[in-house]
Amino acid sequence: MVNSIDQVFVATKQWLISWLAGTPDWIVQIASALINIGALLGVFLTMFAAISVLERKILGRIQNRYGPNRVGPFGLFQPVADGIKMLIKEDIVPARADKVVHFLAPIVIAAAAILTLGVIPYGRNMTPFSIDGGILFFFAVGSTTELAVFMAGWGSNNKFSMLGAMRAIAQMFSYEIPLIVTVLPVVMVTGSLTPDKIVAAQHGYSLGIIPHWFVIKPWGFAAFILFFVSGLVESNRTPFDVPEGESEIVAGHMTEYSGFKYATFFLAEYLGMFAVSGLAVTLFLGGWQAPLGLLEFVPSYLWFFLKLSVLLFVYIWLRGTLPRMRVDQMMNFAWKFMLPMSFTCILAAAVWHYTGRGWVGWLWSLGVIAIVYLTLSILLDTKKKFAPRTYRFAE
Amino acid sequence: MTSTLSILLVVSAALFCTGLLAALSRRHAIFILIGIEMMLAAANLNFIAFWRFGPQSAQPIGVMVAIFAIAIAAAEAAVGLAMVIAVYRHYRTTNVDELDQLKG
Amino acid sequence: MNIVALIILAIFTLAAALAAATLPKLMHAALSFAVAFVGVAAFYFLLGAEFVGLVQVFVYVGAVAVLVVFTILLTRTDAQKDRGFNWSGVLVAIAVFVGLLWAIFKTQSLAINLPKAEPLTVARIGELLMTSYVWPLQCVGVLLTAALIGALILVMEEKR
Repeated sequence: MVNSIDQVFVATKQWLISWLAGTPDWIVQIASALINIGALLGVFLTMFAAISVLERKILGRIQNRYGPNRVGPFGLFQPVADGIKMLIKEDIVPARADKVVHFLAPIVIAAAAILTLGVIPYGRNMTPFSIDGGILFFFAVGSTTELAVFMAGWGSNNKFSMLGAMRAIAQMFSYEIPLIVTVLPVVMVTGSLTPDKIVAAQHGYSLGIIPHWFVIKPWGFAAFILFFVSGLVESNRTPFDVPEGESEIVAGHMTEYSGFKYATFFLAEYLGMFAVSGLAVTLFLGGWQAPLGLLEFVPSYLWFFLKLSVLLFVYIWLRGTLPRMRVDQMMNFAWKFMLPMSFTCILAAAVWHYTGRGWVGWLWSLGVIAIVYLTLSILLDTKKKFAPRTYRFAE
Repeated sequence: MTSTLSILLVVSAALFCTGLLAALSRRHAIFILIGIEMMLAAANLNFIAFWRFGPQSAQPIGVMVAIFAIAIAAAEAAVGLAMVIAVYRHYRTTNVDELDQLKG
Repeated sequence: MNIVALIILAIFTLAAALAAATLPKLMHAALSFAVAFVGVAAFYFLLGAEFVGLVQVFVYVGAVAVLVVFTILLTRTDAQKDRGFNWSGVLVAIAVFVGLLWAIFKTQSLAINLPKAEPLTVARIGELLMTSYVWPLQCVGVLLTAALIGALILVMEEKR
């Protein structure tokens, strides 16, 4: 009974494929791929719509106001209104812009974001496309986003767009190295680049209640935090939203885009956020597995989406709480702190493995990370002391 | 007799000659570098084609050579493009026809 | 392996490569260069070397293409076109192509059609890199570090 709820989507797909039982092999393959793609797009486009309104409501509550609450009950039909608005807006293309490049940029960036969603395991036996080097595929396709951002900035023939695109690319490739290097401890410990095998390596519970997720090990915890922060930067979210900061550079590389193309950029940013969060859940939080042995009756995809929702909530929370970082602070942080810490995670994972993968290993790897962290915080201290706060008018 | 291997070799020869075309007939320094990258990619394609359709060996040598060649090509592209920028700073031009002096 | 897929992919890649070699506007040529490399990566996937295809997309499209467009930006002149096209280069390229075609169709033993027995996994490549190919790996690491430092020194602003 429980197993059938868990596999209901897989069974539905098998039933649909069975209608094509007599046809040649390649038709069955194409139909299977199309069903996967359709399901993926359906789920994530709905989630995009839901997150866009939930984010505004949560941000509103953090800022002590209601979010949108006019359209539908509690404002939950706001995405419909937004969609209609975006679709009926006039599509303005600058006269001296490069038409082909300007048109292709949002398409390429959305395509890259959707492609990355295809390798993440959403449930038991529910990976849309299982590739042997799945993690590498994710990062390879994610790195084509930079080229698309550049196309957007250059194709608009606008100095703000160009500057915004250059800053966006500088930010994105600075943080791409910590993003990838923090995944390496997980790959090393599991011995495989396939997301399915990485989820399977995190099964089981020690003492019955502590799951074997990688986030519970010290190197996994440090790697998870670094990966999460790098993912924040890759999606251009506050506090790292210099590329699209409205008070700084109009809309950066998206300045000259209006209507549906702007909505496509927005979609690509959110789908990138989903993809990076989904990968964080897969790599560090155990994927679709339950945290306790007795909760395994809950279907696997529900666990995945629950963990994904927690991470997205943290993203939105950070957006509402932290101010924007300056560009040079951001680059310093990436190259001087995150890069050495991510190499330390690899070292700590190796230490954990070679001291036996048990309690002793846990403590040794914690020691390695703590020593490097303390050394870096002493070395990178900028010696700026904050003056005591004095209020001119509020005494 | 055209087999799949012959088709692949013809494709990689055509890619090589397109890279040669870019390297020989373009006057902008960056395009000459692009042509060189294309020639390297064509050679990699040859290696992989012979790995796939050649005699089976214990180790996939073609694949390993291709991986190393991609890494080396990236390093060479980075240094080449850095040189183009440095030359541009001195001479304010990227047209290789105008870069004909050794004096700095 | 599907011949139709091979031919379509070949036409796509060669068209993009020709566009990269001959388009007058710099940006368009740089972007079709990226598309040509995606085509080559698709060839690697079709031939069963998936890891190499992924590394190709990662390195060429994600890094080298971005470097090329950045360099085009940083070395802008007023007109963004490539002035002058040397037609003798076309003749040399066609001559080389004809020569290579003659060499390909002359060799007798090219009719090998046997598919591979086991697929090449990333684990196998990793194992080989750490056992038989560990010295080339270290040398490539040193080379990449040297290239990184060299490129930085070349473009650093000189102290006056």
